[in-house]
Amino acid sequence: MNCMLDKLLFGRFIQSDSLVHRLDPRAKLVGAFYFIIIIFLANNWQTYLIMTLFTFLCVILSDIKLSVFLNGVKPLVWLILFTVLLQILFTRGGETYLQWGPISITSYGLINGAFIFMRFILIIFISTLLTLTTMPLSLTDAIEKLLGPLKRFKVPVHEIALMLSIALRFVPTLMDEATKIMNAQRARGVEFGEGNIVQQMRAVTPILVPLFVSSFNRADELANAMEARGYQGGEGRTKYRVLNWQLRDTLSLLAFAVLTALLVIFRTS
Amino acid sequence: MAMDITFDKVGFSYSAGTPFENRALYDVNLNIPDGSYTALIGHTGSGKSTVTQHLNALLKPTEGTVTIGDRVITAKSNNKNLKALRKKVGIVFQFPESQLFEETIAKDIAFGPMNFGVSKEDAMAIVKRVLPLVGLDESFMERSPFDLSGGQMRRVAIAGVLAMEPEVLVLDEPTAGLDPAGRREIMNMFYQLHVDKGLTIVLVTHQMNDVATYANHVIIMEKGTVVKMGPPAEIFQDAEWLQQKQLGLPSALAFLDKLSKKTGIDFGEERPLRTEQLASVLIAKVNENKVPDQAVPGKAGELHA
Repeated sequence: MNCMLDKLLFGRFIQSDSLVHRLDPRAKLVGAFYFIIIIFLANNWQTYLIMTLFTFLCVILSDIKLSVFLNGVKPLVWLILFTVLLQILFTRGGETYLQWGPISITSYGLINGAFIFMRFILIIFISTLLTLTTMPLSLTDAIEKLLGPLKRFKVPVHEIALMLSIALRFVPTLMDEATKIMNAQRARGVEFGEGNIVQQMRAVTPILVPLFVSSFNRADELANAMEARGYQGGEGRTKYRVLNWQLRDTLSLLAFAVLTALLVIFRTS
Repeated sequence: MAMDITFDKVGFSYSAGTPFENRALYDVNLNIPDGSYTALIGHTGSGKSTVTQHLNALLKPTEGTVTIGDRVITAKSNNKNLKALRKKVGIVFQFPESQLFEETIAKDIAFGPMNFGVSKEDAMAIVKRVLPLVGLDESFMERSPFDLSGGQMRRVAIAGVLAMEPEVLVLDEPTAGLDPAGRREIMNMFYQLHVDKGLTIVLVTHQMNDVATYANHVIIMEKGTVVKMGPPAEIFQDAEWLQQKQLGLPSALAFLDKLSKKTGIDFGEERPLRTEQLASVLIAKVNENKVPDQAVPGKAGELHA
């Protein structure tokens, strides 16, 4: 359990000063979301090649080693293979190579499987790139700003952003706490990951209960500390971190427009 | 069976093999003799807590070997049958009150022993025996641990570790955040266990006075490695060296050094670590300087009393 959390890359940040790091978080967030949408436009090998080249360009510009991304994919590899396998086995159409009851291997299935594989890898790469190059706090700033227009429809944007930033801030703290509690319980003779399912579930109680209790205490203390420092909600607050949209941010979004145009040209209708 | 603990060229990294790899220990060589009261001291982040987690194989060294009693633990040794080891080496972690989870205090204290195969009746007998040790009584048994004050929760958590009846007790800053009376009470309790039952104790602390008062073996760590090991008298010999390592002297010794500097009086070679020793050094000095026929009868006697 520990090792897996250690290896899971998603949601962590690597400090650096590359071009991608310096982009405005709004540009990166919009770009990453947009990429995930337009990847569904790709439907032949040319378009997937374009998407792959674009992703690699982003990776190179981020100054982060490719091996880091490959390690990030590793924990999810079984999920990807499982989905791809289902695609291959249950898609019909085109030339049939093998048929056994409802299971069949067809040319459409193989092509679809390959496309879905690429889709997974590219989406994981781009979203990992987003979190590796953007500080969690900048991300929440970007979300607050981008959701801003929704205030008119009575959506509590500030509160959502605040909850998000607090949640993100406490992810590592809670992970530390969970590790500490696990170690303390292991020292008291609990063995995790052993025995049958019921025993394994029971072994989780000594971690979950203390973790919830300490979260309640922490929430109480944090709320008190915030009130003591004069927090009264989003109304009339100024900002310490100001987002600064620059030419390179506009240019990066233009790159996405070019990408879309290329996709539209090369996709088969 | 003797539970000597030896580290031989131990190295350890957190998240080994990832971009977030974090080296915590380098070439650690130390030994904790059976029956000793060992203090592990060092600046924050020097690797003390990482060492404590090696003492019952919660962490396995990435290099070198850890020998605990007759078990040898290396990077390759497997995780089976560590229970026997964990029963013998009990660890009280920092802020142990965060490990409480059962509905009643009795159940929580019995949790450890029952994990090691003690029957429910026997575990309850142990609970009754352990509660007074930490200054609580049987009326607490059926109460919820979450209704207690912070200090009482700490006592229950410590009782939960003592209930496993370990041969080695590892204490990671057991009194942090307690009031002075509670601190003294709990520290004396640990010392009594050490004296009465021959329990080996490993204490991680920043309190030099506790080191001077209780320990008979001191290990100093800096930047993930052991820089000095020996009896307290030897360790506290060189005040300047300790200062460099961002450590201090016990207050008795610090006071004597300051006094000697301000007054220019030489108090001799003896280095008092505790208040009582300091008092006898000062009394000796006072008596030595007194011209016998000018002495007021009774004064010296008062000092001795």
